[in-house]
Formats: sequence, structure tokens, C-alpha cells
Amino acid sequence: MVTFVLNGQERTFDGDPDTPLLWVIRDFEKLTGTKYGCGIAQCGACTVHLDGIPHRSCVTPVSMIDGSDVVTIEGVTGLEAEAIKAAWAAIDVPQCGYCQSGQIMSAVALLQMVSKPTDDDIDSAMTGNICRCATYHRIRAAIHAAANSIGG
Amino acid sequence: MANQDFGITRRSFIAGSGLLIAIALAPRALKAAQTGVPAGGGQELVPINTFVKIGADDTVTILSKHLEMGQGPFTGLATLVAEEMDADWSQMRAVHAPADNDLYANLAYGIQGTGGSTSIANSYDQIRSAGATARAMLIAAAAEEWQVPASEITIEKGRIRHSATGRESGFGAFADKAARQTPPAEPRLKRPEEFVLIGTDLPKLDTRSKIDGTAVFTIDVMPDKTLVAVVAHPDHFGATVKSFDDGEARKVQGVVDVRQVPSGVAVYADDTFAAIKGRDLLHVEWDLSKAETRSSEEIAADYVRRFSEAGIVATDEGNVDEAFDMAGVQTVEAEIIFPFLAHAPMEPLDAVFVKASDGSLDIYTGAQFPAMDREVAAEVLGMQQSQVRLNTQLTGGAFGRKAQFGSPYMQEAASVYAAIGSQRPLKHMWTREDDIRGGYYRPMYAHKMRGAINRNGEITGWDQVIVGQSIMGKVDLDDTSVEGASNLPYAIPNIKVTSHNVELAVPPLWWRSVGHTHTGFAVETFVDELLSKVGRDPVEGRLALLAGKPRHTGVLRRAAEMADWGATVPEGRARGIAVVESFHTFVAQVVEVSVDPEGIPRVHKVWCAVDCGLAINPNVIKAQMEGGIGYGLGAVLFDAVTLGTGGKVVQSNFHDYRSIRINEMPEVVVEIIKSSQRPTGVGEPGLPPIGPAVANAWRSLTGTPVRQLPIVNIVAT
Ligand code: FES
Ligand code: FES
Repeated sequence: MVTFVLNGQERTFDGDPDTPLLWVIRDFEKLTGTKYGCGIAQCGACTVHLDGIPHRSCVTPVSMIDGSDVVTIEGVTGLEAEAIKAAWAAIDVPQCGYCQSGQIMSAVALLQMVSKPTDDDIDSAMTGNICRCATYHRIRAAIHAAANSIGG
Repeated sequence: MANQDFGITRRSFIAGSGLLIAIALAPRALKAAQTGVPAGGGQELVPINTFVKIGADDTVTILSKHLEMGQGPFTGLATLVAEEMDADWSQMRAVHAPADNDLYANLAYGIQGTGGSTSIANSYDQIRSAGATARAMLIAAAAEEWQVPASEITIEKGRIRHSATGRESGFGAFADKAARQTPPAEPRLKRPEEFVLIGTDLPKLDTRSKIDGTAVFTIDVMPDKTLVAVVAHPDHFGATVKSFDDGEARKVQGVVDVRQVPSGVAVYADDTFAAIKGRDLLHVEWDLSKAETRSSEEIAADYVRRFSEAGIVATDEGNVDEAFDMAGVQTVEAEIIFPFLAHAPMEPLDAVFVKASDGSLDIYTGAQFPAMDREVAAEVLGMQQSQVRLNTQLTGGAFGRKAQFGSPYMQEAASVYAAIGSQRPLKHMWTREDDIRGGYYRPMYAHKMRGAINRNGEITGWDQVIVGQSIMGKVDLDDTSVEGASNLPYAIPNIKVTSHNVELAVPPLWWRSVGHTHTGFAVETFVDELLSKVGRDPVEGRLALLAGKPRHTGVLRRAAEMADWGATVPEGRARGIAVVESFHTFVAQVVEVSVDPEGIPRVHKVWCAVDCGLAINPNVIKAQMEGGIGYGLGAVLFDAVTLGTGGKVVQSNFHDYRSIRINEMPEVVVEIIKSSQRPTGVGEPGLPPIGPAVANAWRSLTGTPVRQLPIVNIVAT
């Protein structure tokens, strides 16, 4: 039995301990904002915050997260999250949208760690997130805009 | 429409479903996403006509006959309706229309379908008429209710007014009454100078739900007790199941059943992980007797051998043989090899089947051809089509992958559902491995180019041979193999273009911009080489060959101006340019390139000029140019699906089928040429110029022409 906190609520899981957190979140907790894209930590569509750090939930066995705090796109809040979402909306970043939960989770974590990220910071924080629609150009612009909006 | 327009036809974007899909954008999206169960019904909407519904809360919901897969038809089509209804943008909503080949046909090709960058182009008059009709009916309803002449009623930003009596109302109050009015025979459409919304940047309708995680894609549809099924597919195209051992697979906690299906062996489980784990533990013996066992290298060698055989003539102008035989003529030659490409949309293929208590069936899927998918599913399941509802979902990309004649994906999904015969809902999904290895690729092609330069330094002959699979399965000329080459825009007096259709067990499919993915590259790199052989500048040389082609020259000139073509570029960098017309849209791109530490092109910046006729939503157009550039650049730099020795697919996931990433994405600047021509598509046309523009810059930087894609391979060897 694994016990963890998901978006502020205590949850338990007593199925196959090998089950990746991604499928626990989606199939068992029915939170569908977190997406499957590759299953091998290559695309970032499944990115969640695990104790505040972005993780690829598709390669994180649920057995490893006992006692951890998990935040998904449905539960991400705070100054940085609000700024990122507002910037994303202002310039219409998403195209198909399928990668965007993961992009946003990575971007929020970046802003939480680096308040004024440079282009290099953005490259290193965001290269793990593939966008097949190639919205990268706008993702970069939105992260800068979000950082500026907080910096005031 | 002509062949060229059928090319137009198929792929980029499309259509959808009805009530269930309303979840995509309506307020109940949140609930739907939390439970993962598609909502039905919801707030009552009054249908005014085939494309427009009005809610009591004044919302206007358009039924999009085209699939929203990121290319923007929800926003674009809603803009056209809002314009003619004089609605306020904030009241607009969009859902997918139901599957129906009659009501929701793509007027460019006669069945319901999204593809060929046609969504706006084919809907432009039709959906504006739907909006204008709805407006006229609202006015008639208000005139009746208020007992005033219709001619005195105005609508502005969604408010219906009669100024003399001071009456005012929203749309909702008149929805029922409007629906009962006789529609005008010929609704008056606005003249372009009256447009208020068209041509402005409106926030996209689907942005919000794609930011907060509430957007519902097919993979998110999961009613209670849904079974998840994945299929073990062969590593070779054309292989079939000989035998299998499912002993280990059945021991996996959560695995419910294992069944053989026509395409392989299906594992059914209570959750996704159990299904995948069970599949990993299957032992399947495959029968390779009918399989493709040649490698990509062997196939390419075979293609090259075909160059010397007589092909199907696509274009024959002037006399090419004489042009090359003329005394003093210099002949330039090139052979270019293009690999198989997977589409790799972010959301792999998936479909959900839910049986209703009356025995009818709901299918949820991202369909570029929804009515065809429904027909195929009904056939496989032995049901009447009227008993099957195909609910088109928001789709995590497609790029052509979800538009297949005969719906082979739906055949597999429906066969998997049929094989277990369970009353439980079922989700069939492909993993990324299935997606990369599953075929329906942009085919391999080989081009042989020959150019004749006479002693005056004029380009007098162009001879192009194209070898590859016919996407349309033709024995005679397949326009999708030669589009962009057979209609070469350059004024060269002697032109011959021939093609060879090759048969392989690897299933082919259109891939964002179809024939232009390779013809654009071959034509634009080769013309660039010929121009440099005769000492002409790439821009000025092209312009000289494009007399009488104002839209080509318009974008070419503009892109060159934007980039300040001819200005000195920083040390270690070079520029390239290309111009391609595809799907009646004209795009020119200038790129600036250096050599990155990996030894491959690093693209710093792209200047892009696009002429797509009247711009409906400039923001969406720019986004599609950016997206087409990124998707195309990733492919020319990195991507190939390769058949290894024995015919087995080499790649399997994003670690070896490499996607472009944020650090590799150039800065992109887009300008839209002002135009009053009818609007044309933008989903695909941003793609064709990027590859040749990069290759041209690379040749100018390094002296090495690109003869084989992806570029990363030639650098490595
Ligand atoms: S699904 Fe986890 S990184 Fe791709
Ligand atoms: S928006 Fe489509 S994959 Fe990123």
C-alpha cells in the first residue's frame, strides 16, 4: 500500500507497485490533464511536481512515491502558476494542446526556481518537453512574459 | 476540382461530433475532465441550422465539420459565423459536428473530412451563410415579438436592438422563436469592407481548456469499468501471427483477457499499465512469408535503378531531349533520397467504445474522416450505421495520420472491441512504439534531377524523375507524388517530369503537406544550385524566372525584405531561401544557419512571408507558419523511419525518432501579405519551404549540397 498526497489530498494505492505514477493519476485517480506521450521519459507530457520538483510520472513507479507530495496540472497553484497560465493564454500558446499540461508544469517549476530565466535557462528546463506542434517559439515568449509580470 | 485540388483534399484538419464533444469547450468541461466520463446533453441548445446553435445564456455554439487538432478550425469557423451574426466574440463556442457525409461534407472533396488545408477555404461561403441566416432569423423573431419592421432592427456585438422603441435583447431570448422562422432563401453576406472580426486577432476558443488540463481528448474518455486494450504488432510490415503464448501475460494483475485479432494479439486489462505489461510478456511467433524483408538501403537502391526506366509522364513541355543535346550545354545532375517519415502526433492513435443501454454504440476518437470511420466500425461490428455514433474528439495532433481511406486504424480498434464481446466500455490505444513502427508513413522517394544550362548561361532544360509509392494506390499518375514538381512555377522552356509508382508492404499515407514534403525540397534546392551555377543571386534569379507569378514573387520579395537579404551576415553563418506554393497558399522563407557542435545546421532565425488570401485570424495563421516550420525542420534535420537488415523497423520511440526540441527551434517572424483573394489554407503550407531553405543555406555555408535526408545522417557518415 502506497500513501501519498495528490493535489493536497491524501490518497492510497494498493495495486501493482510497479504501476507508473502516470497511470495511477489517470486510470485510478481519474485526473486526465497529465498525458501519456512516450512512456520512457522522452517527451515530458506526463510531467508532474513531486515534492516540488518536476518529474516524468511515466517512469516513476508508484512504490517510489510513498509519503510524497504530488501536484498535477489540475492542482498547480501559486504566483508562478498563475503568471504562467496567464502568459500562455495571452499569446495563445497551445495548438493541439496535448503536450501543454507537461509544458506548463515544467515552466512553473522553472519560474519557482529561477525568477528571471535566461534563454539558456529555458532551454535546459524545457528540452525534456516535446511539442509536436512546435509551439516552442511561443513557450519561450510566454515564460519570459510570465517572469516579467511577476518581477513587476 | 482538379487533381491538384484533391491533393488539397485530404489531410490537414477536421471534424466533429456533437453533443458529447461539447465537453471540449463548454462549462461542463471541468466535470467531464474530473471524472473522465464524456458528458451528454447539458445545457439545452437550440439548433438554428446545421452549423449554429443558440443557448438560453446567449451563447452561440458552432458545429465544426472540421477536426480541431491544433490548426484552429474551431476559432476560424466561429470567427466567420460571429462576423455574419454580428455576435460578440465572448459568446462564441465550438463543438465538433456529428459524423455525417451529407450535412457536413468537405465541399472540396465531397465527404466529411479534414485535410489538404481546406477547412476555411471550403467553408468560407457555407458557414458565413449559416451565420447570416441565423442573424436574419433572429431579426425576424424579434420583429414578430416586438411588432416592429425587421428593417428597423439592428444587431451589434450580440445585442438585438430596436432604437425607436428602446427595445433590446440578447440572442438567447429569441432562440426558440428564431428557430421557427423561415430561413431567407439567399442571406445577404457582408462585403469585406464591412468586416469587424475577420482579420483581427481573437483569442482562440480552445486555449483556456488546454491550459488548465480540462480539455478532453480521446485518451481522457474513461467511463467506469473501462477495459484498456493494446495490441502486439509485428516488427515487419506484412507479417501475421503464426502462434502465441499468453501464459505469462495472463498472470499480470489486472489483465482480463488475451485474444488474437487480424492485426496481432490484443491484451485486455483493467488499466493501461496492466495492458502494456501484459503485452510485454506475450511470446508471439510471426509468419514472415508475405512480409517486406528488404532494408531501406535495398529499397533505395531499387528506386535509383528505376531512374533509367520509362516512367509515367506528368509534365512534358517543349523538348527536353533537345535542350540537353544542344551544343555547348552544361548538364547539372542530382539524386536525392527521402526517408519514410512517421507523423508521430503527440497523442498516439486511440478510440473508446461505449455501448448504450438500448444497444447502440458511442465511439470517441479523433477522426479526420469521421463518417468513414463510423462506416468501417459499423461494418466490423455487424451493426447498422444508424446505431453507431462517432463522436469526434479534440485531437493531440494528426498531421495527416488520422485521415485514412478505409480507416485501417478503426478496423483494428473495432476488431479488438468485437473480439472480446464485452459489455464493458473499451479503450483501444496505441503506445508510442506502435505509432513509430506502425506504418502509414510519408513514403520513401528518390528524385533524379537534371538541369540544362546553355552557353548564354540560361536554364533551358529541367528533367525530374520521381520514384516512390503512390499514396492514393494508383497504377497511373498519382498527383500526390508529383504535385509541386509537375506544376513547376519557373519559366524554363523545356520541362519534363515523370514518376514511377512502386509497391511495398509498408503502408503509405499523406504527411503534413503531402507531395510538397519532397517535391518542394527537390525543386527548391535544385533551382538554387542551377542559379548558383549561372552566377545568379537566389532571390533575383528566382524572380527572373517567376514573371507572371505575382503571388510567388510577392512572398519572395517580402521575405527577402524582412530578412534584409543581401546584408552582411555574421561570421560563420549563411542564409538560404525557398518559395513554395501548396494548397493554393504561397510561402517564402529565409533562414540563417550556422554549424552547431553536432556538425549539423543550427537554424537561428526564419523570416516567413505568407499569402493565403484574405486573412481570417492572423494569429492562427502565424501559429500555423511557426508550427509548420518547426515540424518540417525537425523532420529534415533528424527524422527517418528505417527498415534495417531483414526489413525490421529500427526506430521505436522519441529516443531514436528524434523530435525537434525547444533549444533547436529558431526564432520565427511571420508576415501575412494583404490580400482580398478568397482565403486558402495554412495548416500545411508553412512546411515545404523550410527544408530547402535550410539545405540552400547549408550549401552556401559548407559547399555541400544535401542529397539525402535527414541531414543528421549525412553529417554523421
Ligand atoms: S510520457 Fe512520460 S516523458 Fe513521455
Ligand atoms: S500543442 Fe500539440 S504537441 Fe504541443
